[in-house]
Amino acid sequence: MEKAIGSRKENLRGLSQRALLALNVVLFLFPAFTLFMAFVVYPVFQSLYYSMFDWKGFGPAVDFVGLGNYQRILTDRAFMKALGNALLIVLLSLGVQLPLSLAMALMVGRNLPGRTFFRTILFMPYVFSEVITAIMWMGLYNPDPDRGLLNALLVTFGLKPQAWLGDPNQVIGCIFVVLSWKYFGFHMLLYIAGLQNIPQEIEEAALIDGATRRQLITYITLPLLWGTIRTSIYLSVLGALQQFGIIWVMTKGGPVNASDVMATYMYRYSFVRFQLGYGSAVALVMLLISLLFSVAYLRLIRQQDYLSGRY
Amino acid sequence: MKALNLFRQDRKTLYKVVPRILQYMFLSVMVLLILVPIVILIFGSLKTRGEMYSRPYISPIPPYWDNYTKILSSHSFWVFLFNSIIVTLTVTVAVLFICGLAAFVFARLNFRGRDVLFNILTLGLMFPITIAILPVYLFVRQLGLTNSLLGVIIVQTAFQVSGNVMIMRNFFASIPFELQDAAYIDGCTPFTFFRLILLPLARPALSAVAALTMVVSWNDLLVPLVLIDKEELWTLPLGTMQFQGQYGTDLALVAAFVTLSAIPAVIFYLFAERQLIAGLTAGALKE
Repeated sequence: MEKAIGSRKENLRGLSQRALLALNVVLFLFPAFTLFMAFVVYPVFQSLYYSMFDWKGFGPAVDFVGLGNYQRILTDRAFMKALGNALLIVLLSLGVQLPLSLAMALMVGRNLPGRTFFRTILFMPYVFSEVITAIMWMGLYNPDPDRGLLNALLVTFGLKPQAWLGDPNQVIGCIFVVLSWKYFGFHMLLYIAGLQNIPQEIEEAALIDGATRRQLITYITLPLLWGTIRTSIYLSVLGALQQFGIIWVMTKGGPVNASDVMATYMYRYSFVRFQLGYGSAVALVMLLISLLFSVAYLRLIRQQDYLSGRY
Repeated sequence: MKALNLFRQDRKTLYKVVPRILQYMFLSVMVLLILVPIVILIFGSLKTRGEMYSRPYISPIPPYWDNYTKILSSHSFWVFLFNSIIVTLTVTVAVLFICGLAAFVFARLNFRGRDVLFNILTLGLMFPITIAILPVYLFVRQLGLTNSLLGVIIVQTAFQVSGNVMIMRNFFASIPFELQDAAYIDGCTPFTFFRLILLPLARPALSAVAALTMVVSWNDLLVPLVLIDKEELWTLPLGTMQFQGQYGTDLALVAAFVTLSAIPAVIFYLFAERQLIAGLTAGALKE
């Protein structure tokens, strides 16, 4: 009898505790989920709707065009150019920027005297806003040798001054230099952090066994750093696909679309020409491309881990 | 024999010293490449308009301070600065509060559906603001929050939720569970445990998240650019861009404006470099 009462009390207590827990969960998650659902998720679905209309942004959208906007994107050469530029920046980042960051990280390493100084300086551009970075470099790229440092240097060495940002063939290269200037320090930092997670004993053991420095890096350091490298590849590709600020400030996608990327293209159609239905479709295509990349990349990595027995 | 030994030793130190020297040389070149654009900008900002056109990349001796006084005595620079401070501080406090609460739930409480909810929230990492900006603009316009700092604050906060919940959850999860059990036995509710025990312990993680949020919010151009037309509501990056558009021909004046608008970021960086790096690496290397 007494026992029964006790367990009933316990049950009641358990119940009220469960209710308290549920209340806590709901209250604590409420702000984050409200913001997230309302401002991140909902707008995307709304865009899906608008993307099927020819809509200037005022009044209700009535001019239904179905998948017409998407068809228009795929046949627009300016969009293809923007996509191509984005892919070019991706390739350059993977081929030039990341290896450079990795080399710098290996050099700054773990115990180079003065490493804090080098790290501080090399990472500094990351904290400048894209606007500041862009304007700073526009000065250097000024085509007039009396105003722009780069052409002044060329002229000093007896070479012909270049148009830089004004030349459709050079503009992407110029922008890539600026992007690297600003962001290579970030990747270097990731690699430095990754290096710090590699136990030094392993490298010491390899050295005792007679490994050269080059062998040490190719057979020990790089494989152990692979987790960090693939993260940095992932971030670098996503970052390149979303590039906007620096290009918008420096060239607005010009001259004649030569430096357009998907985001500047989308911005122009949405906020300069106010074709909001079409802009929505472009945004969703961008989203789709990023999602496809994310899913494919993560799957690839998982497969690789599985094959190498790491998963 | 002895001589040979000495020679060997010399060679050994040579093998050690030469790569070091090359290493320093290469690093110094990189440092130079990073610093040159910054130095040129500062040089330019200390010149008259005429000097800027005739010899823009030579040191500005004697310095010409009028560009700075002109900007600092203008109303708009201070307005932009003030707007930026308001936005950044509010966003940072909101992110810490909102993400802290959610991260606590995900790291510390057991309930059905927890992992599903967490996965939904982390899906947000796939919706970066650059891609979502048009949908978000349309929604904010429906709410009537364009042309207000509140709109900028809400949007910036919303897009910081996913990443920071993830960082903070990982950190909260690393705090020993015995501590929580002990606190509950002593009669703590989950919320008092959170407030009195977890938050003070999590201070390094909170400052890392704060530093990261501040930099992202402070430097953001896109959200204010899209949401705000009124000049008196521009933030510093937006104001800087518009200033460049307006006074683009007066390169020295623009250089001074850009330098001034970079100063807060540099000061912040020198003081919070460690926290910023901790936040960035925690955010990127979460696994």
